[in-house]
Amino acid sequence: MARSLFDKIWEGHIVREAEGEPTLLYVDLHLVHEVTSAQAFEGLRLAGRNVRRPELTVATMDHNVPTLPGPIEDPLARAQLDALRRNCEAFGVRLYATGSGREGIVHVIGPELGLTQPGMTIVCGDSHTSTHGAFGALAFGVGTSEVEHVLATQTLPLGKPKTALVRFEGSLPLGLTPKDVVLGMIGQVGVSGGVGHVFEYAGDVISGFSMEGRMTLCNMTIEAGARAGMVAPDDTTFAYLEGREFAPAGAAWEQALDRWRSLASDPGARYDREIVVDVETLEPQVTWGTNPGMVAPVGAVVPDPVDYADPDERAAVERALAYMALEPGTPIDEIRIDRVFIGSCTNARIEDLRAAAAVAAGKQVAPGVTALVVPGSAAVKRLAEEEGLDQIFVRAGFEWRNAGCSMCLGMNPDVLQPGERCASTSNRNFEGRQGRLGRTHLVSPAMAAAAAIAGRFVDVRELEAVPA
Amino acid sequence: MRAFTKLTAVPAVLDRADVDTDQIMPKQFLKRIERTGFGEFLFFDWAKDPEFELNRPEYRGAKILLAGRNFGCGSSREHAPWGLQDAGFDVVIAPSFGDIFRQNCVKIGVVPIVLPAAQVKRLQRFGGQELTVDLEQQTIEDPSGELTPFPFDAFDRHRLLNGLDDIGLTLEHEADIAAYEAAHVRG
Repeated sequence: MARSLFDKIWEGHIVREAEGEPTLLYVDLHLVHEVTSAQAFEGLRLAGRNVRRPELTVATMDHNVPTLPGPIEDPLARAQLDALRRNCEAFGVRLYATGSGREGIVHVIGPELGLTQPGMTIVCGDSHTSTHGAFGALAFGVGTSEVEHVLATQTLPLGKPKTALVRFEGSLPLGLTPKDVVLGMIGQVGVSGGVGHVFEYAGDVISGFSMEGRMTLCNMTIEAGARAGMVAPDDTTFAYLEGREFAPAGAAWEQALDRWRSLASDPGARYDREIVVDVETLEPQVTWGTNPGMVAPVGAVVPDPVDYADPDERAAVERALAYMALEPGTPIDEIRIDRVFIGSCTNARIEDLRAAAAVAAGKQVAPGVTALVVPGSAAVKRLAEEEGLDQIFVRAGFEWRNAGCSMCLGMNPDVLQPGERCASTSNRNFEGRQGRLGRTHLVSPAMAAAAAIAGRFVDVRELEAVPA
Repeated sequence: MRAFTKLTAVPAVLDRADVDTDQIMPKQFLKRIERTGFGEFLFFDWAKDPEFELNRPEYRGAKILLAGRNFGCGSSREHAPWGLQDAGFDVVIAPSFGDIFRQNCVKIGVVPIVLPAAQVKRLQRFGGQELTVDLEQQTIEDPSGELTPFPFDAFDRHRLLNGLDDIGLTLEHEADIAAYEAAHVRG
C-alpha cells in the first residue's frame, strides 16, 4: 500500500501495539530546555528512575537567558537555569550551556548541529518542536509529564494523529518569504484548523524553499493547531546536513542517504484531508489581532467585527481590536510601531538576519522606535558577525544582542512595556505574550526591518519609495 | 495520579474561542520549578478585570470549566493544566482543545471532554447550577435531568478511572523497548 512520509516514520518507530491501547512510539531525539524540564527531572528523582538514554537527550538554555552580557539578575530565572545544569550533571545529559559557544534556541541548535535528521522522531517540551519536521522528521511538542515519560522510557504512548496534505499552488511573488506563506496559510486554515492532525507540506514553492524557510513553515504549524508539520527530505535537506557535527559521515552518510531518500510519500499515499493554499496572489502578511490567524495583507485594512457572521468569531475580533487598540478600517500600513523584534525560533537563523540586514543597510531606524536583533544561536551570531551583518544593524540603529528566546515570550529582561506596539518576527501575538499589555504584530524579518525604518508597517517591496 | 470517577459540581463558563495557554498561565510563572501552587496565578492578567467571567460570585468553588473552541491552544506549558487543577478544576468541557493541552490534562488527571459546540452552549446555560460528570458512564447530567453522553478515549478513561501512572504502565513493557532498541538504536 502507498504510504505517506508520516506513515513510514510512525510505523518505523512502533515499540508496541495492542488493541485498545495507545501505540508506544520510540523517540530518537529528546531536546530539553530549562522551563519545562525541572519538574520532570524531579519526578524521576521522586520515583527513583533514571534517564534511559542520556545519549539521545540534549539540553540547552534559551527561554530565560538574558541577551545582554552580564550576570542573570532575576533570581527565579537563575534558579531554573541552575536546576537544569544540576539535573543534566546528575542524569548524565549533554548540556549546551550559555557561554559554551553551542548554545541557542533549542529549535535553532538542533538543526545546525546536525542532531535533527530525516526520519527521526523528535520531541521537546516546547510546542515549536514542529520546526524539526522541516527535515522530514516527525517532531512535536510535549508537556512536562511527557518529558518525564521520555526521559524514563525513551518512548511515548500516543494515539495515531490524522494526516493532512497541505499543497501550495502557484508561484510565490517576488519578495515574499516563508513567513508570509505560513501566516497566509494560518489565515486560511484558522488557528484550530489543524487540531488532531499532522501536516505534510508539498508543492513547488516548498521544494524551492531553503531548509531555513522550511523550518519557519514547520515552526508555525502549531499555530494552525497541528502538532507537527513535515516536508519530505530532498537534496536541499541533504546538502544542509552534510558535514554538520552530528550528521553521519563517511560510509554512514551514504547509508543514511539511501534510507532518507526512501522516506518521501509514495505516489497515491492517503491523507485524511487535503488543503490547497494558493500563493500566487499572496502579499506580505501582518497580524492585526491576538492570534496568528488574525492576519491580513499589508495593503489591506483592519477588519470590522460586523463582517463576521459567526458570533464567537465576532466577539473574538472585538476583544482583539480592543486589546490591540485598533479601529476597524484602519489601513495596516498606517499602523505606527514603537518596537521591533527580529529573533525567535521562527526567524532568527542566518538567512533571516541577512534578509533583515538587506533592508536595513544604509538606512536608519525611525525616531522613537527601538529595534532589537537577537540571533537564534551563538553560531548564528558568529556567522552574522563574520559577514558584517552586526555592523549593518548597529549602523542603522538596531541593537545587536546575544542568542536566546528574548522577546518572543518575555521570560527574560526583553519585554514590551504596557501599550507598546511591536513588529515582531516571532510566532505568537497572544495577549501579553511579549510583555503585559504589549501589542504584537507578526511579520517576516524583511517586513520587520522595513517597519523599523519607516516607523510603521510598510510593504517592504516599496520601501525605497518611503521618504527617510 | 489521582483517580477520577464522578464529580458533581458547579460549572464556570468561559465562553471565548481560542483561549491560549499564555492566558491560562502567563509566562512569569513558568520560572517556578515546583509542580504545585499554580492555582493562584490562573488567568492572572484577565483575573485583574473585575468583569472577567471567572470572577463572578456564582462560580466560586466551580470544579468544571465550560470553555470555547480550541481551548488551551498555543504553548505546551503543562503549567496551564497544573493551574486549573490547583484552582479546583477537575473537568474542562469544550468543543475542541489544543492537542498538547488536551494530552497534558489527561496525563495529570484533569478530564478534558469534547462535545459539539451546540451542546457546550446548552450546558453553559446551567452556569452556577450543578452538573454531574460521570466518566464511568460517559455522561453529563444537567439540572433538567437530561443526560448528555460524551465520547472519551477508552484507554485514557481506564487510566483516569484508576489513577494509573503512565510511566509505570510503559515500564511494564520494558522487554518491548529493549527489543526495539536492540533492532534499531545504535550505540
